Amino acid sequence: MTRDLWTMVWKEWKEIFLQRGTLRGGVFTAIAIPLGLLGIFIPWQEGPRWAESSTNSVVWIWLPVFLVATMICESFAGERERKTLETLLASRLDDRTILFGKLAAAVGYGWGLAMSSLVLGLITVNVVHGHGPLILLPAATVLLVATFSLLASTLAASAGVLISLRASTVRQAQQTLSLSLLGLMFGGLFGIQALPTTWKMWLARTLSGATLLTTELVGGALLLALDLLVISIAVARFQRARLILD
Amino acid sequence: MPDIAIRTETLTRDFAAVRAVDALTLQVEAGAVFGFLGPNGSGKTTTIRMLLGLLEPTAGRAEVLGFDTRTHSGRIRARSGALLENPGLYERFSAEDNLEFYARVWHLGSAERRARIRQLLDHLGLWDRRKEAVSKWSRGMKQKLAVARALIHRPSLIFLDEPTAGLDPVAAAALRADFQSLVANGEATVFLTTHNLAEAEKLCTHVAVIREGKLLAIGHPDELRAQSGVPKAEILGRGFTPEVLLALRSLPMVASTEVRNGRLTIALRGPSDLAPIVTLLVTVGAQIEEVHKGHATLEDVFLKLMEEDTA
Repeated sequence: MTRDLWTMVWKEWKEIFLQRGTLRGGVFTAIAIPLGLLGIFIPWQEGPRWAESSTNSVVWIWLPVFLVATMICESFAGERERKTLETLLASRLDDRTILFGKLAAAVGYGWGLAMSSLVLGLITVNVVHGHGPLILLPAATVLLVATFSLLASTLAASAGVLISLRASTVRQAQQTLSLSLLGLMFGGLFGIQALPTTWKMWLARTLSGATLLTTELVGGALLLALDLLVISIAVARFQRARLILD
Repeated sequence: MPDIAIRTETLTRDFAAVRAVDALTLQVEAGAVFGFLGPNGSGKTTTIRMLLGLLEPTAGRAEVLGFDTRTHSGRIRARSGALLENPGLYERFSAEDNLEFYARVWHLGSAERRARIRQLLDHLGLWDRRKEAVSKWSRGMKQKLAVARALIHRPSLIFLDEPTAGLDPVAAAALRADFQSLVANGEATVFLTTHNLAEAEKLCTHVAVIREGKLLAIGHPDELRAQSGVPKAEILGRGFTPEVLLALRSLPMVASTEVRNGRLTIALRGPSDLAPIVTLLVTVGAQIEEVHKGHATLEDVFLKLMEEDTA
């Protein structure tokens, strides 16, 4: 299974990097530009503040989600649109290998790029602005960013795959995923606003009373549960017959 | 490999109110090149999809390479190669990358992958263009590459769904020749769907004719031609007037006559001696250049079966 998963990831990444026509052009656009911007340019400009800014944590969590969302819609809808899906399904690869291969490729790209630019950012800050002790991110921040960005990008990837399974075109899948993400974001915000005052006060008390670690653990557990739920639905909905006939 | 590569028993598939495949029962011997003939929409592609386990039958069952399509479709796909309705190539990839991906899928080792890719691309005359993106290729070249992909892992069973559809005659003939030479060792069983009867006649050791999901005939092409019972005579010459044709039709062995471009085709009632026909033609003043005694082609058989089924 591992070998087959890697084969699928190899194929998916190759497709991403060849979107610009040549492998060199694709690698430049999909890897070099984001790395240069997030791992060199911004840390260079911000200096040591870059490592202290808490808003950066939010960026590192959202960045892979954004990267994953841009590519995951291609997964099944793209194969269907380019008429390669039936041949892939007629191969010896089993259902889970195809599904998890596509998920792993998207998450691996988004999360891998985010973590690589984080590391590169640290190197840049230290090389350009380091005059004395090493400038490092707090271990808790690194753990938070690495865990949450992985969970959030897995959620985006599995939701994207789920949508892509039934979408007839990539554009349709992208529109549905964008609307779903917007719905999730605004739904959460407006949902909290719409809560009765007593509930809101209880929530505020609970959050202010809890330690940061507890809040992170609860948030992480919620995200993990959502990931598992959406992946389970995607596994259940992966039916070769329906994929071919849709 | 079992002696019977494919066995179906009353295999049926419905799509809502439409019955795409209707109680199909057939056997394909291992090593055969089996032609599955039928007009568009006759259920050929649906049958292949069921045999590969991509679609569940509504009723009946099928066994491919000894495995039930409902319970062991993964094992069937692991031992099969397929060129389906579309070439299914990744157009951004080069020819080499397309084959590389499917060679990896079938667990060919690194050295074996390189050797097999070179062997197939060399054989098909595509080696020099292996680095080009497939999107720049002609349809004929893409189909050749898709055939190579279907054969990359030396499968026991190869499904080819209308491989020459949409190709110009030259490209189609080249692909047929390539295909014939690639499967010449006879180790693989080939299940070929087509509505190109000349193609089936050239490639197939056995054929079946299907229409509206129903099997109309099955057998060796020669058997079908013999069963069709329409031996014929073709006469080249001049003076085939309506009166001459009327006189010909009065002969007991003549079933029907047709003149097209100076060629007189006479359908005979069973195997007949042509001498009385030639004598009559000469007597009534027709001028004869050539006489051919012929048998029905697969196309004649096919058209006859279609007519009988419609009637």
